[in-house]
Amino acid sequence: MPIRFRLALVPALTPAVALVAGLPFVNRLEPIVFGLPFLLAWILGWVLVTPAFLGLAYLLDRSTSAAEDGDGR
Amino acid sequence: MTTPLLVILAFILVSTVVGVIGRGRGVMNLERWSVGGRQFGVILVWLLMAGEIYTTFTFLGASGWAYSRGAPSFYILAYGTIGYIISFFLLPPLWRMAKRLGLHTQPDFFLARYDSPALAGLVALIGVVSIVPYLQLQLAGLGLIVHTASGGAIASEVAIIVAFALTCVFVYTSGLQGIAWVAIIKDITMVVVVVIIGIGLPSMYFGSVGQMLSELVRQHPSHLTFPGGTTTMGVGWVISTILLTGVGFYCWPHMFASAFSAKDERTIKRNAVIMPLYQLPILLVFFVGFTALLVMPGLKNPDTALLALVTQSYPAWFAGLVGGAGAVTAMVPASMLLLVASTLTAKNIYRPLRGGAVSEEQLMRASRGFMLLIAVVALILAIWSPNELVKLLIFGYDGIAQFFPGIVLGVFVRRITARPVIFGLVAGEAVVVSLIWSGHDPFLGMNAGFVGLLVNALVTLLSATWGQVLNHREIHDSRPDPITQLKFGGEHGEPGGRDRVDGWRAG
Repeated sequence: MPIRFRLALVPALTPAVALVAGLPFVNRLEPIVFGLPFLLAWILGWVLVTPAFLGLAYLLDRSTSAAEDGDGR
Repeated sequence: MTTPLLVILAFILVSTVVGVIGRGRGVMNLERWSVGGRQFGVILVWLLMAGEIYTTFTFLGASGWAYSRGAPSFYILAYGTIGYIISFFLLPPLWRMAKRLGLHTQPDFFLARYDSPALAGLVALIGVVSIVPYLQLQLAGLGLIVHTASGGAIASEVAIIVAFALTCVFVYTSGLQGIAWVAIIKDITMVVVVVIIGIGLPSMYFGSVGQMLSELVRQHPSHLTFPGGTTTMGVGWVISTILLTGVGFYCWPHMFASAFSAKDERTIKRNAVIMPLYQLPILLVFFVGFTALLVMPGLKNPDTALLALVTQSYPAWFAGLVGGAGAVTAMVPASMLLLVASTLTAKNIYRPLRGGAVSEEQLMRASRGFMLLIAVVALILAIWSPNELVKLLIFGYDGIAQFFPGIVLGVFVRRITARPVIFGLVAGEAVVVSLIWSGHDPFLGMNAGFVGLLVNALVTLLSATWGQVLNHREIHDSRPDPITQLKFGGEHGEPGGRDRVDGWRAG
């Protein structure tokens, strides 16, 4: 398979995997987080931190693709 | 009841004028009409893509689901995030290819990559068939919003016809640029309205959002965990639905096309980074649904929960504002769907049927013609169709998500050919259609579309492996690529089908 492993996949996939794979274990009301039941807080929390993870992926991706292509980005 | 009426009308008219003016100067051609001349920066692309998130389904559907089903509605908050993460890796190579080969539509991609008119035609057909119910849903939602917000003063059929006719005007004249400008109005009013009612309504009745939630837990202890107010939507259903809709997010032909409108790759990536934050107002829409459940339980149609609570709680002019925002919220996605469905029909169904002997100018005219035709079909369905709309939307999502293996393998795996993708696509669609029509959705606790996607991926991979075992010869034949030839006379070198992913990088 000609897929080049990309380091950026690690931070980018973290929130997706955590959000979805965690659901069977967080299907509960307690503890209440900032007034939200735990299940809702779990989903919302991962949605909120996703930009930080993707931002990191963006930085990693930019440095690797600049090095590989020499396109100066 | 004239105040809300005037506010709603003003909203719709201003949006139409902005949409028509938004076309800018110069001659309108298919490149400008369908992908905005590929000149959009971060903000316009962001607004266009947000057109997908904030549709009438979010406004009415999310609050309605929060009201009637509870926790299963949380999938709406989650799936976009999965979609953006996928888009971060998938869209840049797609965009490069589209730019290099001058692609306008999703089937263009399949034709350029797989060199198979059959596959491209199949994708176009499934795309249009999936879009029509989605368009129908926006229209029916629009009718419901205007009818309720005007206190029954405007019949929903009248609202649908007037608003949709005006939508057709700016799509016809301005294409994607017009839509992008209307999207600005829509998103600003939408977010303002949602923040006001999402925090205002729980506070009005319960003092604060937190107190509303604890009251909800006290009265309905099982509403905020899966399966909520349902019996079939447990954890398995939620996970499979998040995965299916997340994967399907950018498989929609119009989402595909909105990525083509970007000015460069960085625009697309930066967009993917910030988009998840734009999901937050959905949380506030949930709060409105929950408040409605406590304040006015037993509504016959849960989709009216948000509107019923707003008209009961706020002065008439504000209800008009919500109605106007809601109407524009339907007009923007409807216009995008209409634009894409007509471009698909003209370019990927009509032109191949005419043997390709159609000039760019004729194609532009045909696109506009099909636009009017599709508009009329959707209008008739929206007014007279007895189908349950949410079911139709799910059907559409299940249908287009089946493009995913063909898109991902096409972008990242050089050796994949058209035949395995066609087999997988047909198998996936067959599973989806038979499960839904036989009433087996959810199937074994999973979303039927997700089951179809699993079968699809399996068939694609197995037949690809089988094909490679059967013949060891070089997979791609040496026929010239039709799109490259047509648009550039082949001057841009190797067509996408035989290129490595790295070769797609523009410049």
